[in-house]
Amino acid sequence: MRIASLLPFFATLALGAVPGLAQDQIKVGEFASLSGGSASFGQSTHNGTALAIEEINAAGGLLGRKIDLISEDDRSLSGEPATIVHKLISEDNVVAVLGEIASSKSLEAAPICQENHIPMISPGSTNAKVTQVGDYIFRACFIDPFQGKVMAKFALSRGWKNAAILKDVKQDYSIGLADAFQQSYTAAGGTVVKVQEYTTGDKDFRAQLTSIKASHPDAIFIPGYYGEVALIARQARQFGIKVPLLGGDGWVGESLLKVAGHSLDGCFFSNHYSQDDPSPVIQNFVKTYAAKYGEKPDAMAALGYDSAKILADAITRAGTTDEPKLRDAIAATKDFKGVTGDISLDADRNATKAAVILTIADGGFQFVQRVAP
Amino acid sequence: MIEFLQQLINGLSLGAIYALIALGYTMVYGVLRFINFAHGDVFMIGAFAGLYVAPAVLKFSNGNPSWTGAFVVLVVAMIVCAILGIIIEKLAYRPLRNRPRLTVLITAIGVSIFLENFGQYAFGVDPRSFPDLIGDHAITIPAWCGRLTDLTIMVSQVLVFAVTLFLLIALRFIVTKTKLGTAMRALSVNPVATSLMGVNNDVVISFTFGLGSALAGAAGILISIQQPSIDPLMGLQPGIKAFVAAVLGGIGNIPGAALGGILIGVIETLVVGYSDRLHIPPGYRDAVAFLLLILILLFKPNGLLGRVEREKV
Repeated sequence: MRIASLLPFFATLALGAVPGLAQDQIKVGEFASLSGGSASFGQSTHNGTALAIEEINAAGGLLGRKIDLISEDDRSLSGEPATIVHKLISEDNVVAVLGEIASSKSLEAAPICQENHIPMISPGSTNAKVTQVGDYIFRACFIDPFQGKVMAKFALSRGWKNAAILKDVKQDYSIGLADAFQQSYTAAGGTVVKVQEYTTGDKDFRAQLTSIKASHPDAIFIPGYYGEVALIARQARQFGIKVPLLGGDGWVGESLLKVAGHSLDGCFFSNHYSQDDPSPVIQNFVKTYAAKYGEKPDAMAALGYDSAKILADAITRAGTTDEPKLRDAIAATKDFKGVTGDISLDADRNATKAAVILTIADGGFQFVQRVAP
Repeated sequence: MIEFLQQLINGLSLGAIYALIALGYTMVYGVLRFINFAHGDVFMIGAFAGLYVAPAVLKFSNGNPSWTGAFVVLVVAMIVCAILGIIIEKLAYRPLRNRPRLTVLITAIGVSIFLENFGQYAFGVDPRSFPDLIGDHAITIPAWCGRLTDLTIMVSQVLVFAVTLFLLIALRFIVTKTKLGTAMRALSVNPVATSLMGVNNDVVISFTFGLGSALAGAAGILISIQQPSIDPLMGLQPGIKAFVAAVLGGIGNIPGAALGGILIGVIETLVVGYSDRLHIPPGYRDAVAFLLLILILLFKPNGLLGRVEREKV
């Protein structure tokens, strides 16, 4: 072989031999829906996480090293999380992974993190199955069995004894939350008069809404994501369905009120935190976030922030990023003062926290009540 | 009974959209024996054309919904799509006219993927909100219609029926009563003989593509008025369903495409609406429509209204 043809071969070898540029940085991976149908989730979470990392780095970093946040976009598509988490772990050699909001996407990535013994902290996946994947999977939020109970009790407390459910069968979150609501609701004396389904990406819900309207519910529980919920609300009002709509934290999306307009006025949903909460911790966070991004943080941003800070706290306590010491430190998180509440991770690696119920009025969300676990 | 009528109305309005797109598929197949897989994405471009033109149009009516404004947006979208269809034909399909059928098919898929990704790049991946052009609201049915007053018919649904019906009649007129239409039909029988008769085949083919794409553009605007959330991948699902509708009704047959579209729309809606009574989960709605297609093709291989093509020895 001629030397010239061997040149590219040697060049590649040489490139590969150059050590990773950021040897002295702690690499943390993040996967989120930065574009696509649930882009609001990913962008908010990413903003919160980035803000937290910035604050930590400004204060000197962790263990004397700065944190390098490597973010990847899963474009709201199923199948993408597996690919990008694989890349984060095997190519970028991250010590931990933060993500995702959508439970279906967390469930895709969790087995990969578990297999590679890389801790994964989901900021906002509420489906119970996520942490059941293994002991390296954690979450910074409450789970759907709790969330479903919160909304079921709330509905009954308002005297809405007959409810219809309209769930998204393509999302584990929606199915899980619908089941949790149904169980708690019927156990406490309510009647579920109709269960209808749709899929993520649907635009037309008239068939389902006609069927629901004919069953005369007092309220309709729609545990879906903001993109479809907004359209459902519009079409429901066009159909003359006037009863209140109830939902979960999946409603938190930038375009929700833009697309729904006034169709969601007077409706209620459960969430992780309220912007209007007067507590100094929250108001401080709101101010810092608004100063950096020009808008107030929503629940996903707050959760992104908390998940990053929980990881940082664990790294500091463990004194290392090696496994299983880091994993154990995360699992031992107790009374962590987060923006979304006092967070303690229980034996199932879920956070025991209070939920808040918000309503929609005057073009925004308003606090109604807090429900402790 | 009321619920059934309501679901029927929902299904018919959904079916009308499929019918409009199916017409484009069937026309191109009828004339060229070629399935234009990029057709569903032309529909998407129509919707986005409307999105960009609408604010300028709304300025004339001071931001209020107006029927003339909606009409202008519809016409503009149809023209944009017609031009797009003609360009696609000229650039992607004409050079391959004498090549094997498979080559053009693959090119069509390529054009489809190109349009989708171009759309995602140019318009952004996130769904956009389509402005309310006609002040959509429910029509109140007068009380003397008996129990029918429980029905909710949206203005947009009536608009979709009306426009589809008008376009169907207009298409039939063009195809049967005009010279170009006759040339199109001649081309579908025998292209060589047609050119021997002095017809410029290229012009007729371009016209066919333009017409089919204009119909897709109209469908794009109509669906955006009904379901005001549009995104660059919106053409995928309706495109596939419209293609199935065209085959169901007999590919190459214009009334067949309309019939197929309506059938699929109605069946889909009824399966979802009556899912608990039928014990079929609503997620299976597409499966039911396609199952029906398979069954019909088993017994009527040329579709419902298709004619059996006899091979002459």
